[in-house]
Amino acid sequence: MNAMTPWWASASFWRKTAVIVTALSFIVLIVLTLDSMAQMSAGSDRVPAYSVINKRITYVDDAEAGHKMPFVGGDAPLFGKALSEEDAEALVSLGKKTVQAKNCMNCHTLLGNGAYYAPDLTKAWLDASWGSEAARETLMLAFLQDPEGNARTFGSGRKMPNLGITESEARGVVAFLKWMASIDTNGFPHNFMPIPQEN
Amino acid sequence: MAALGTFDSANLNGGQRLAVKYYTVAVVLFVAQILFGLLAGIQYLKPEFLYGILDFSVNRMVHINAMVVWMLYGFIGSVYWLLEDESQHEIVGLKLGNLAFWVLTAAVTVVVLVYLLVQIGPGNDTSLWLINEGREYIEAPRWADIGIVVVVLIFFFNVAATFMKGRWTGVSGVLVLDLVALAGLYLAGMFYTTNISIDQYWWWWVIHLWVEATWEVMVGTMMAWALMKTLGTRRTIVETWLYIEVALMFGSGILGLGHHYFWIGSPEYWLSIGGFFSALEPIPLVAMVVHAVYDSGAHRMKNRNHPAMAWIIAHAFGNFFGAGVWGFMQTLPQINLYTHGTQWSASHGHLAFFGAYATINIAFFYIAIQHSRGGNWMGAGLAGAWRWKWALTLLHVGVVGMSVMLLIAGYEQAFIERAVGGSTWAAYFEAQQHMWFVQAMWWRQIFGWITLLGTVLLVWDLLVVGKGETRPAQAAGDVAHAA
Repeated sequence: MNAMTPWWASASFWRKTAVIVTALSFIVLIVLTLDSMAQMSAGSDRVPAYSVINKRITYVDDAEAGHKMPFVGGDAPLFGKALSEEDAEALVSLGKKTVQAKNCMNCHTLLGNGAYYAPDLTKAWLDASWGSEAARETLMLAFLQDPEGNARTFGSGRKMPNLGITESEARGVVAFLKWMASIDTNGFPHNFMPIPQEN
Repeated sequence: MAALGTFDSANLNGGQRLAVKYYTVAVVLFVAQILFGLLAGIQYLKPEFLYGILDFSVNRMVHINAMVVWMLYGFIGSVYWLLEDESQHEIVGLKLGNLAFWVLTAAVTVVVLVYLLVQIGPGNDTSLWLINEGREYIEAPRWADIGIVVVVLIFFFNVAATFMKGRWTGVSGVLVLDLVALAGLYLAGMFYTTNISIDQYWWWWVIHLWVEATWEVMVGTMMAWALMKTLGTRRTIVETWLYIEVALMFGSGILGLGHHYFWIGSPEYWLSIGGFFSALEPIPLVAMVVHAVYDSGAHRMKNRNHPAMAWIIAHAFGNFFGAGVWGFMQTLPQINLYTHGTQWSASHGHLAFFGAYATINIAFFYIAIQHSRGGNWMGAGLAGAWRWKWALTLLHVGVVGMSVMLLIAGYEQAFIERAVGGSTWAAYFEAQQHMWFVQAMWWRQIFGWITLLGTVLLVWDLLVVGKGETRPAQAAGDVAHAA
């Protein structure tokens, strides 16, 4: 740099700026991450405890939020059996590991992230295509264990392949999906119309 | 030493010989990326194609993993390429570097074979450790994660130690700090948690802070070095620009991470923070375009490696449009609510990865070839120049075409599935079968074949460009410094 270079165009000024900006941004990110971790832990307001699978979950208008929100209602134990917090976590975890090991995310999206070849699973538990709350569990278990035989292609010809999901893994996946449907996702997916949920 | 125009590794220093190995694998993976992308694309049109044999999930996983890995190979290769030149010192751990290359390449081969042959496993830890972690972009099983970390540490040692023994410059300082961040961030993706919100929170630390922060700075350093070499731009100028880019890139990109935290269960303040900072993300990309175009103009576009220079310019514009404009289009939460998880994102992904990263790697391949042939002339009047020009044209027509078609498909999804249909599965499938969507996907496939054509031509050109060209770069009216 020669003497003609003003300070704001000098390498040393921008080097310092780069260091300061990067450091500050990173510190802010760390602070926000610590706060987010607290707000997103299982059992928080935004992300319910795994034992939420013992409850009825509906999706209702929330005037304050300005969009629909998951609502945790009365008892409705999954597969008719209430689980302790520990057992519920184990079941949801089995489901989550199955979702990972079967590579679901490379066809589906979860919380909107993944591939776009198959529908989003964020509110799979609440989807109207299961017909009724009463029939849902059984249909989901049967579908997961034989997706080809129980294909639901909606006329698209796109079928989920058989992935060798066992009955216990299927139960885990259903638990995982039920729990995921209870997460407060700031109104995503927008305008979602849930399964009929009278009373 | 062999005659000018003949490939001879005696023309290369240790780091550069290592770089050529990385580049070779990068090109192989690039071809694999295109092929598996085409298979996945066909499945949108003909769902029964390879059903139950190579399902969409497998093809798509190989498609995106091949892309991530070939880009990393390109980056590692490019750092090794410029290492001895920039540090003015011989690479300190060449043998170790070679070993790391072979270990990484063997690991990548095994991972891909397992993806293709085993594909999935039961829902337990063993599957996540040995087969597939099932998290988009970083599906590699845990054993491979650990291998990658070890290899990256060896790479980092080689780079940092060589600069330490040689000299530090602005470029090398930024590069080494960026590598620390790049390696450290990978650790954020190496653990299992049942809580999918927290899972995705940290997953984005890897994906976003790589792709939209550390990778951008990485290509910024590569670009800085390349502009000095191909155009002869003064070091003070490129280094000042590099600092400006780092400040803007990290200043917008680190908190821009928040645009992935709108809908995953994270707190509402991310809507404002993510929206604001990610809206600033295009600014450094504008700066990079200005920088590249200004320098090219200042040197009257005179350079001794036309294909490399063309790809550098393609990088500047591609980065701005693909990453900048296409990202900005859907980054505000008010829009993202409707576009998140639609083909809109696929459109952005295609244009951004190609524009920002494929282009600069290809530019470096050309720089490497010229040097491998003894530094012969690759400027005006280069024999067979039609090949690189057509490769560049077809690749751009193909990728831009795919991106536009995916964008149309994304628009249609945002309106019909999301806004009107209420985002149910029935609405999803209705949108997938809508005429606009189907037409867009057919056109996407056609542009995919054009991309393949461009890729074939590119590979052919990389193998033969400059062969037999015996005019030296320096004597042919060149204005640039010797490389």
